Amino acid sequence: MAEGVSRRSFIGGAAGLTFALSLPGFSRAEFGASVAAGEMTAKRIGAWVTIGTDGAIAIANPAAEMGQGSFTGLTMIFAEELDADWARVMPFTPPPIATVYGNPGLGGELVTVGSRSVRGYWNLIRLQAASIRRVLMQAAADKWAVPLGELHTEPSMVVHSSSNRRFSYGEIAGFASVPASMPTIDRSDLKRTVDYRILGHATPRFDLPDKVTGAATFGIDVQVPNMVYASVLRCPVEGAGPDSVDDGGALAVPGVLKVVSMKHAVGVVGETVEAAFAGREALKVTWTHMAADSYNSAEGMKNFLARAANLDDEGAVYSAQGDADGEFAKSAKVVRAQYSSEYVYHAQMEPLNITASVSLGGDAAEIWVGTQGATATVATAAAFLNTGAENINLHQCYLGGGFGRRRTPDLVPDALVLSQVMQRPVKLLWTREQDIKSANLRPMTAHRIEAALDARGSITGWRHRIVAESVAAYRGGETAIEGAKGLDGLVLEGAKHEYAIPNQSIVYLRERRGVGLGAWRGLGAGPNKFVIESFIDELAAAQKADPVAFRLGLLKSNPRATRVIEAVAEKSQWGKSPPSDRALGMAYGQIVESYVAAVGEISLDRKTGVIRAHKIWIAIDPGVIVNPDSVLAQTEGNVIFGLSHALKEQVSIIGGRVQQSNFHDYPVLRMAEIPEIDIELLPTDNPPTGVGEAALPLIAPSIGNALFRLTGKRVRGLPLSPQRIKAG
Amino acid sequence: MEPIRFTLNSKTVEVRAAPETPLLWVVREHLKLTGTKYGCGVGLCGACTVHVEGHAARSCQTLLSGVARKHVTTIEGLSAKGDHPLQQAWLDLQVPQCGYCQPGQIMQAAALLATTKNPSRDEIIRHMNGNICRCGAYPRIVKAIERAAQLNRLT
Repeated sequence: MAEGVSRRSFIGGAAGLTFALSLPGFSRAEFGASVAAGEMTAKRIGAWVTIGTDGAIAIANPAAEMGQGSFTGLTMIFAEELDADWARVMPFTPPPIATVYGNPGLGGELVTVGSRSVRGYWNLIRLQAASIRRVLMQAAADKWAVPLGELHTEPSMVVHSSSNRRFSYGEIAGFASVPASMPTIDRSDLKRTVDYRILGHATPRFDLPDKVTGAATFGIDVQVPNMVYASVLRCPVEGAGPDSVDDGGALAVPGVLKVVSMKHAVGVVGETVEAAFAGREALKVTWTHMAADSYNSAEGMKNFLARAANLDDEGAVYSAQGDADGEFAKSAKVVRAQYSSEYVYHAQMEPLNITASVSLGGDAAEIWVGTQGATATVATAAAFLNTGAENINLHQCYLGGGFGRRRTPDLVPDALVLSQVMQRPVKLLWTREQDIKSANLRPMTAHRIEAALDARGSITGWRHRIVAESVAAYRGGETAIEGAKGLDGLVLEGAKHEYAIPNQSIVYLRERRGVGLGAWRGLGAGPNKFVIESFIDELAAAQKADPVAFRLGLLKSNPRATRVIEAVAEKSQWGKSPPSDRALGMAYGQIVESYVAAVGEISLDRKTGVIRAHKIWIAIDPGVIVNPDSVLAQTEGNVIFGLSHALKEQVSIIGGRVQQSNFHDYPVLRMAEIPEIDIELLPTDNPPTGVGEAALPLIAPSIGNALFRLTGKRVRGLPLSPQRIKAG
Repeated sequence: MEPIRFTLNSKTVEVRAAPETPLLWVVREHLKLTGTKYGCGVGLCGACTVHVEGHAARSCQTLLSGVARKHVTTIEGLSAKGDHPLQQAWLDLQVPQCGYCQPGQIMQAAALLATTKNPSRDEIIRHMNGNICRCGAYPRIVKAIERAAQLNRLT
């Protein structure tokens, strides 16, 4: 990516001012806190910006670009507070030094996940930029021998109004030096929302020109001199290794150079990609046995549902409010239901790949990859080679879709081994089939959910029991879940809600099935919001209440929630009846901190059981909006990804093996199936919140709720597939 | 191995590869024009779409032997300066998200506009339905094709 925008050619050889200082022994989190506390004076700043004497401004942008627009959005935030001339600004990808560039909203790690780039970097970037603007102003004040307070800035210009003098930032870069200590900045020095020139204006993305000509470099496009190609056959059951390998057929393929048996895979290296692929197809491998060999997901679902219903099994308490059990014991009425969701796969368009070149000494490596987890990639490679992180040179590329899959650096060890064996750079490319078979699935879930009502019909109690395997434990080992009191924040994402119900309990019951798991766009909010919003609809129906009025009644003290619900109801003409063969369904949620409401309009082919979504309305309040067009694009994507997930996506496992293999048996939404989409942006002055996965979790419940209003039938499992709908 | 000769983006090229090699790998890895993408390898997603003799073709399902002496165009050869009306419209409407499938989408759309000056929305969807965009840029793709058709008529 850095190479993509050609930082070198952009800032040329021009002399200038680089705010590039080291930050020894100083963690990002501490840095953010000290900056916020106005203690920046004695601290040095990291290498965030270079200003050329010609006025060109290169700004570090640490987020991976996977389509969400952060490469542009974070740069807009920086440029706004620097008061830079946007036309002269260009982002670059800095080296993966977490202590300097890590995301304060993600524990200081360099990782692009969870709709957290803008909200995680929001304060850090603004304070950084404001302090650099102050340095430029001070340099001009010194030159003119006038008080700093008499100066102001215009885009890339420091101005002294009373003497009508001005210096461009480029001119200042020619004579200023970076002070030993940066000026003290606190939040009151930052621009007010009303003064924004860049934020809030639809801004074309930096990465798109190269994406319409084929010039953009994704990981898969990397070409390195002397490179060979590798394809791997990975263990069909998570964790297994090759037991016996018959490589005769593979080695007989012209162009195949080597077959390498590894811990969890057999790799075939070839002079060409087609040789490596053909070699892999000719392999005959048997695998070591795993406990997961006997796992069938359909059976597993029965067990999960039974466990959800077994109240003697207490699980780990995620949230407790009031006395839920006591409230159920004395309630006048209880409404109860069981829900479920299947495993789902990311289906990002670029199958996983990585190019690696290990040094002949084996203690350093270059890696080219599009990754959401830069820190994890470097750390994995360094640990594998038993070397320091400084010896791993990571080249970040564009990501052909991330959605959580590119967070896990699971290709790194295979690529390093193959490069070591070959003593050449190796481009390792998974097939689509391998990408599905070795997916990091969003876990299957089972839910028991119930509400207690008093004699007047008010909801006084809420209990939700969630059964699923743990993503955190799969990724970080048992300590990751033990350290969190048996809870998994990824699986439990979205399990809390804002409805005013005095007594609540939310419980997590962890399962172990040995399946490869991962973060999937929206994480647990996908299943959890489906369950909560479907069940809220059930409660409304049980009381013969209108679903919109019912929600508003439970959200009276929540003005931002009320605003998005009222907006989406008005846009969708909620009160009016649609044509008789159609129905509307609604859902609301606070997701990745943004307030979102959705209404879906559907019809149903009763013969085939196929739902047709005609129109989906969204209202979203993500606080301050950085780039409105990116918020719209992301939300359109959320609707379509969410609808695909709602209607069709499902991975099944038999004998521990993923059964699906390509887009014929893991279909995703196509153009002919998309609804009309109507999005209302409702920005507020609150700090910006998540967008990349904010609306997605509400699509399934809005569709399921519409189905109920259309047919009177409640479908309590995802996906809302024809089989499920016809089975009723 | 006898070289196989064909015309790629108006230039004659010679490739020494097995005749059954998919055109996808020939253009991407042998000839290093990486705008054409690998998505599924079985003709289900459209990310690898190129033009063979002016018609949209899935390069993962097209063998090298099948393009001998033929004209092949990839995204890199669609226009001289990246200024095909579709590419302009794509930028005007900020179509791509991750962008991976977009060369295939644009090549598929270009084949439509080459024969249908003013396609209806239904014609666009029918023609484009084989191209998957996981990010969900579909609504903007439809609008951009309509816009490009308009730009075409103006020039």
